[in-house]
Amino acid sequence: MMREMGENWGNRPPDSEAVVQFDQVGLRYDLGPEIFRDIGFSLPGGSFHFLTGSSGAGKSSLLGLCYLALRPTRGAVTLFGRDVTRAPRAALPRLRRRMGVVFQDFRLINHLSAMDNVALPLRVAGVSETDIRHHVPELLAWVGLADHLDARPPTLSGGQKQRVAIARAVINRPDLLLADEPTGNVDDRIAMRLLHLFEELNKMGTTVLIATHNEQLVRRFPYPRLHLDQGGLTLHPVGSEPWNGGGTARRSTDRPYP
Amino acid sequence: MRSDLPLAGNRSSSLVTVLVGVMVFLAVLAAAGGLALNNVLDRWTHDVAGNLTAQIPPVPGLGEDARAATDARVARALEVLDAYPGVAAARALTEDELVTLIEPWIGSGEVLNDLPMPRLIDITMRPDALPGLDPGAMAQVLRTAVPGATLDEHRLWLSRLLDLGEAVGWLGVTVVLVVGLATAVAVVHATLAGLSTHRPVIEVLHMIGAQDDYIARQFAAHALRQGLKGGAGGFMLALPALAGLGLLAGRVKGGLVPTVGLSVLDWIVLTLLPFAAAGLVMLTARLTVLRTLARMP
Ligand SMILES: Nc1ncnc2c1ncn2[C@@H]1O[C@H](COP(=O)(O)OP(=O)(O)OP(=O)(O)O)[C@@H](O)[C@H]1O
Ligand SMILES: [Mg+2]
Repeated sequence: MMREMGENWGNRPPDSEAVVQFDQVGLRYDLGPEIFRDIGFSLPGGSFHFLTGSSGAGKSSLLGLCYLALRPTRGAVTLFGRDVTRAPRAALPRLRRRMGVVFQDFRLINHLSAMDNVALPLRVAGVSETDIRHHVPELLAWVGLADHLDARPPTLSGGQKQRVAIARAVINRPDLLLADEPTGNVDDRIAMRLLHLFEELNKMGTTVLIATHNEQLVRRFPYPRLHLDQGGLTLHPVGSEPWNGGGTARRSTDRPYP
Repeated sequence: MRSDLPLAGNRSSSLVTVLVGVMVFLAVLAAAGGLALNNVLDRWTHDVAGNLTAQIPPVPGLGEDARAATDARVARALEVLDAYPGVAAARALTEDELVTLIEPWIGSGEVLNDLPMPRLIDITMRPDALPGLDPGAMAQVLRTAVPGATLDEHRLWLSRLLDLGEAVGWLGVTVVLVVGLATAVAVVHATLAGLSTHRPVIEVLHMIGAQDDYIARQFAAHALRQGLKGGAGGFMLALPALAGLGLLAGRVKGGLVPTVGLSVLDWIVLTLLPFAAAGLVMLTARLTVLRTLARMP
């Protein structure tokens, strides 16, 4: 579906199978207005995308549909080749274990140490404590939290919490990484470092989708962008000017997706 | 087991501990009472066949005539007793049996042969006739036939006492069941409270790919700890209570009541009770969690 675009999908040749696919998806919360109107897109395996849109445009909601916290009101959501729109509850844990999610509000567990928070996905998946003690401190050191292994989230700064949340999302090398404003609370230097971490994962095959407000980041990294506006979704290929378009020439390359 | 949920500091879970304690305390006492009673009953039915004993005074004198006259009295009494409504069997104890009965008090020897001994008749009632039996009326009939004959009803009295004991035992079982029910309700309540308090954490665990079973295990482990704590407490408190009761029962013995006591097997049964209670608490918590989570989106 996206292959004909001939763009750079990350550092890996696109897989034939889409990891995420939305077909004519509509979503509304209870009796509220429609957040999405018939949106469709697919993320090929190993691709890297940004997700942009103004505040309230529905970035978190779209990610929520991907990590199965929300079910679409209409249309079909396919994950790893499986239609999950009406998947039974019992099928969800297996799917979720293949994903890493960085929540916009972190959702760390306050009474657990940074170590234990990051270890959770491994524990849930039954990984041995020996492996956990080996990998978790290593990753936390990598995100610059070597001195905060035993700190509880309430004692960490916003940026530190964010890095714990990111470490938790990537610790089990997910097939799909969904990150909601993962650099919202850190300075540029750390933001770059975290983006490089995501790129590393992407190189190893992880499909990445990052919701962000950070224009600089989108400009600096050569990845296509899904843009949400007024309940619709458009794909902006690499190099197109983010936000309010940049001149008519550029805009002609932006086309509604699919 | 390590836990991702801070289930400890929950107030309703200390209620669970206390209720399990009460339940185990009552269960141990009721079970000990029931088992001891069972032992008494076993020994009693073993030692004595009938429910009543008739005593026929001997005709004074040592000659053959006197003995024959006594035998005639016994025969007359048997006749009357056999005809009495509700009597299943009436049997005169042989002289040998009498000697064995008396030996402990008088000692064996020739002297027994020379003493005019009262004769005993062992009377067994039909079970259905026992409740309505009026021993006074029966004794009256016996006395009219054989002057001086008496009816000894302490065995009847004892068997009725054992019936009462059994009823008290059932009462104990009922009380344990009621407290058990209250405990189960408290466990369900504490578990639901824990589930709603920790709902955000549970949601995160789900998002990370935790199966319901992973979460249920944590609640079950916590409930097991509460149950074992309460069970151990209740058991410890029941021990001095049992010792006290044992002391009182020991004083009663002497008479016809066989010694009250518990076998090793009985003690094993009693020791298993707190573990059984803790196991039930754990199972209740687990099922509550699984049922609640299954309804979550
Ligand atoms: N739980 C909810 N119940 C009802 N409406 C909701 C709920 N969550 C989000 N919305 C609405 O859905 C719309 C999209 O919200 P969403 O959080 O997806 O936006 P967003 O693009 O992530 O915004 P931001 O950039 O501020 O995080 C908003 O109008 C919001 O009010
Ligand atoms: Mg958002």
